[in-house]
Amino acid sequence: MLFSDKHAGMGELADTLTDDAYTEGRSLWRDARRRFMQHRAAVASLVVLALLLIFAAFGQHLSPWDNESIDWASLPNLDEDGVPSLASQHYFGLDPIGRDLYQRTVQGSRISLMVGVLGALTAVIIGTLYGAISGYVGGRTDAIMMRTLEVLSAFPFMFLVIVLMAVFGRNVLLIFIAIGAVSWLNMARIVRGQTLSLKRKEYIEAAMAVGVHPILIVLRHIVPNVLGVVIVYATLLVPEMILFESFISFLGLGVSEPYTSWGALISEGADAMWTAPWTLIFPMLMLVLTLFCFNFLGDGLRDALDPKDR
Amino acid sequence: MFSFIIRRLLVAVPTVLALITVSFVLMHAAPGGPFTNERNVPEAVMENIEAKYNLDKPLWQQYFIYVGNVAQGDLGPSFRYKDFTVNELIESSFPRSAYIGAWSFLFVMVFGVGLGVLAALKQNRWPDSTVMTAAMTGVVFPNFVMAPLLVLLFAVTLRWLPAGGWEGGQVEYIVMPIIAMATSYIAQVARITRSSMIETLRSPFIRTARAKGIPRYKIVLRHALKPALIPVVSYLGPAFVGIITGSVIIDQVFSTGGIGQHFVNGAINRDYSLILGITILVGILTIMFNAVVDILYTWLDPRVRY
Repeated sequence: MLFSDKHAGMGELADTLTDDAYTEGRSLWRDARRRFMQHRAAVASLVVLALLLIFAAFGQHLSPWDNESIDWASLPNLDEDGVPSLASQHYFGLDPIGRDLYQRTVQGSRISLMVGVLGALTAVIIGTLYGAISGYVGGRTDAIMMRTLEVLSAFPFMFLVIVLMAVFGRNVLLIFIAIGAVSWLNMARIVRGQTLSLKRKEYIEAAMAVGVHPILIVLRHIVPNVLGVVIVYATLLVPEMILFESFISFLGLGVSEPYTSWGALISEGADAMWTAPWTLIFPMLMLVLTLFCFNFLGDGLRDALDPKDR
Repeated sequence: MFSFIIRRLLVAVPTVLALITVSFVLMHAAPGGPFTNERNVPEAVMENIEAKYNLDKPLWQQYFIYVGNVAQGDLGPSFRYKDFTVNELIESSFPRSAYIGAWSFLFVMVFGVGLGVLAALKQNRWPDSTVMTAAMTGVVFPNFVMAPLLVLLFAVTLRWLPAGGWEGGQVEYIVMPIIAMATSYIAQVARITRSSMIETLRSPFIRTARAKGIPRYKIVLRHALKPALIPVVSYLGPAFVGIITGSVIIDQVFSTGGIGQHFVNGAINRDYSLILGITILVGILTIMFNAVVDILYTWLDPRVRY
């Protein structure tokens, strides 16, 4: 009896220990996910953003029109035949020269989201590496790199990018690079600050002591550990990049026909709004909704990942 | 302090020079010159035009001539508006942009800080949630969305205000430009002010002041406001740049005849000297303003010493 009892107790203990719910670890990321899930607005934003992404990727299959051809039948009387309606299957109406605005919006969403994500990615990669190297190496290198940053942040980059667009023509790829390449400054500053505090941690010292190459220390130990903060600011960079591109396209200096973007569509809509206000409203709603979601998402991620605010 | 200001100015010189160089190189790397669109101009005339604008000289010579002129405050003749110099164009258009920009800036400071403080003092009660919801909404309405939206609402639909123009800067002509410009920055400043005010109000020196029995409004105005403004001041730099670049949009949408309209037209028409001139002007303004922000820091935060 005694023995069996003991065995039963052991069995119970073993059951408890192997039960995932009981021994579930509380790693940094798991903790972060729990905090994120509690932020309802952020979770909702994530869902809306996913829907937007699906809209941009597959939205064109929902309409019989395409983004380039002109609806000649409705063209002569755009003010009336061009209004958004389900019957004509122009869900968002027609644009000022008779093209289907729904298809144009789908196409514009694709460009805007792509510029946002790729621009932010470029900025994040340059900024993280720059900041991590500057903070890790320290000394004179750090001083020079930070002075350079100061000089650069005094540049009116928006003007330079516009000049760049005017000079080399309107090219989507150029927009990605130009926007990303001038937006990494804050990222570098944040990462440098984080690196400076990480540098004093024991595991970095241990890595140094066993002679790991500095480049490897930066890439394998520093960068993964600043990732949380990087993700938060990357999320906030995406809407900034979308705004940047829209700003340039609004001025007529961004993407060129037949491609379009939210900024270009808003600009066209602003010209046509006296007779066709829907050409302004639909692209505007898309842009505002996206910016909203990214801001909430950023807030939620900051609560979840930024150690400062805990 | 004095030596700090001098040092800031010394750093500004190479920055401006770098700016001039980069934009100069970019403009001249462009395929096609400013006169490639002229119709059938005889060879000799073309040579004369190019000689007049120094375009026949080697690039490095053009560069030094240009930098030399800029140093003397001469931005050269406009390539497009043939009878005007860039200085004249800037002189006629810049005051308009500056007027709208200055008002917007004032609105951003007064309403942004005011609403932020209000929200912080009524934390978690209805004024706070109202202000913060409005701010969250305001942030996603950038100037190029706000400007056409306002025109659609107040000019196209309600017909209360003129859709654009300047008319000597009368109130009904500048209301919409200022609102369009200021909205997202007011929202941003309100959010920053709120969080830093809440943090300041929790600090020990505020508790001490309360314990001494100082009235609440005095604590807020005399003790808490100054330290709470530090993060706001660091946001002013970017906000100022945003308002300057925003004027490109505002001038375009509202046809104010401001400097932004010249910039965009210059970019489209390849008016080298005009674009370069405006970029340099904006660069100098930005650098000067950043220096002012740094000096403000030392006043707000005694821990900062240069």
